[in-house]
Amino acid sequence: MADIAIATPPVEPVRSAGYWQNVGKRLIRDKTAMAAAAVLALITLAAIFAPIVAPMDPLQGRLINRLQPIGSEGHILGTDELGRDMLSRLIWGGRLSLLMGVTPVVLAFFIGSAIGIIAGYAGGWTNTLIMRTVDIFYAFPSVLLAVALSGALGAGLGNALLSLTVVFIPPIARVAESVTTRLRSSDFIEAARASGAGALTIVRVHVLGNVLGPIFVYATSLIAVSMILASGLSFLGLGVRPPNPEWGLMLNTLRTAIYAQPWVAALPGAMIFLVSISFNLLSDGLRSAMEVRQ
Amino acid sequence: MSTENAILTVRNLRKYFPIKGGILGKTIKNVHAVDGVDLEVFQGETLGVVGESGCGKSTTARLLMQLIEPDEGALYFEGKLVGSPELPLKAFRRQVQMVFQDSYSSLNPRLTIEDNIAFGARVHGTPAREALSRTHDLLTRVGLDPARFAGRYPHELSGGQRQRVNIARALALRPKIIILDEAVSALDKSVEAQVLNLLADLKAEFGLTYVFISHDLNVVRFVSDRVMVMYLGKVAEIGDAEALYATPLHPYSGALLSSMPSMDPDNRTMEPALTGDPPNPIDPPTGCRFHTRCSVVGAVCSQKEPTLTQRAAKHLVACHAHDPASGYVALKAKEAAE
Repeated sequence: MADIAIATPPVEPVRSAGYWQNVGKRLIRDKTAMAAAAVLALITLAAIFAPIVAPMDPLQGRLINRLQPIGSEGHILGTDELGRDMLSRLIWGGRLSLLMGVTPVVLAFFIGSAIGIIAGYAGGWTNTLIMRTVDIFYAFPSVLLAVALSGALGAGLGNALLSLTVVFIPPIARVAESVTTRLRSSDFIEAARASGAGALTIVRVHVLGNVLGPIFVYATSLIAVSMILASGLSFLGLGVRPPNPEWGLMLNTLRTAIYAQPWVAALPGAMIFLVSISFNLLSDGLRSAMEVRQ
Repeated sequence: MSTENAILTVRNLRKYFPIKGGILGKTIKNVHAVDGVDLEVFQGETLGVVGESGCGKSTTARLLMQLIEPDEGALYFEGKLVGSPELPLKAFRRQVQMVFQDSYSSLNPRLTIEDNIAFGARVHGTPAREALSRTHDLLTRVGLDPARFAGRYPHELSGGQRQRVNIARALALRPKIIILDEAVSALDKSVEAQVLNLLADLKAEFGLTYVFISHDLNVVRFVSDRVMVMYLGKVAEIGDAEALYATPLHPYSGALLSSMPSMDPDNRTMEPALTGDPPNPIDPPTGCRFHTRCSVVGAVCSQKEPTLTQRAAKHLVACHAHDPASGYVALKAKEAAE
């Protein structure tokens, strides 16, 4: 041990790539996940730049042109029951649909993670108290809870977002609690406690970096569920109000036209399907990219 | 070696782990993990702790580190009660550090080696720059080139290298005592020897005191000044390493030592010295806890619990066979007489 003094050539300091750099590299090599990301990017960009991209006004229609089939002149994707251009409505509808899919999950990610990490790290009675309270919400089927909450709060976009957030907090808190509990008994957490660090410091330095990844992956898989639930709420008239375009709501209003123009009526559903499956594939890719032994 | 100056004194340390059951979560039984341990660790010595799996070695280590709360008992560091205003827990924590068996799980996988080591010093308010330069000094000291290792992540290192990092991390707070809980058990024999030599060098350089927990009796003999033998949460025997290995007083120590593989092929034991598993620590045997497996058991052994008493120079043992006042008669001797 003492013979390190043997003349060694000066070495360039080695800096290894961090964990997230490695995950990023692996994710970029995952073709399926990248295809899903491309689809999502395309739909999101189209939604953001809807005023430029959409060929027509999504709210103005001519009843004379109602329920045109896919591929008709001037309306590539046909028209809806009020003669409005379907392509334009689908592009504009992406705004509200994506907003309602992503916002509740983002909010629930922060709130649920905080609840779960506190419960998991504190353990004992604090854990029991918090997790049993969470379980009460978890016991309701999510659709029922979302419908009941937004029904009670009243229809509207804000209330729909709020009720969806409440729906997603318990499952995220559960995942956060279980990964934190597993981590808490690690030797390096014990070593950190042995060095005299307080709970907040340990959570900040040692817990967050190790638990946020798995929670994040789980949360991305919930975006698809959130979109479907949000569409469901709009379908029931509890979310977005007509005439605003939103995929769930469009599905509802086109329902009556299903025998006249089944392909047109199915379009909003196809969009919901496309976006949710893309989120799921991206989430799967992220999960396997994170399965590096580190 | 030891200046007979107790740096750490343990009095009647007791830790039961409750087993909860029923819908109300009532404690139905207790695992007697550590049951009334008295112990002195002397300044500058290496105290070896041996015993079978589940005898409470690691629980004792965690109790000494104050990582778990004892149910009963007091801990004095340099004569001051730990947790009292005289010596608050945070001040005590930097005096005693620990190296764990699993070199991988004792490092945060998301932090670089230098961040893992510097964490403790940062917690105690050392400025970042100073903590970093101290970290690099320590890495050099444990035989790892900072230029090559400081910026790496734990999974990129071998087990021996990681254990060196763990030792550097333990040293970062400049502790007086280091508890080595099976710290070299998971390493290859050649790497183990290197790390043991490193530990010996560091001990001399920093004036450290070691509590060395291991199931490897050869290693314990090699490193220890004194050895403590534990059985089912109790101290069976404690004494100078050479004396204890030469003439073990407790029948359990004797059996344990004779189970040691011999280097001499002509001198191999054929019969296992100890048979069966240790009794369940949930319902430890009455009287002497070893009486169910003891080769020299007497009638008194199942009734009365022996106390840890000095029987030779600096050699304490808890056994009725060595206590003339206990009324001990070996059962086998009695049978032979009849």
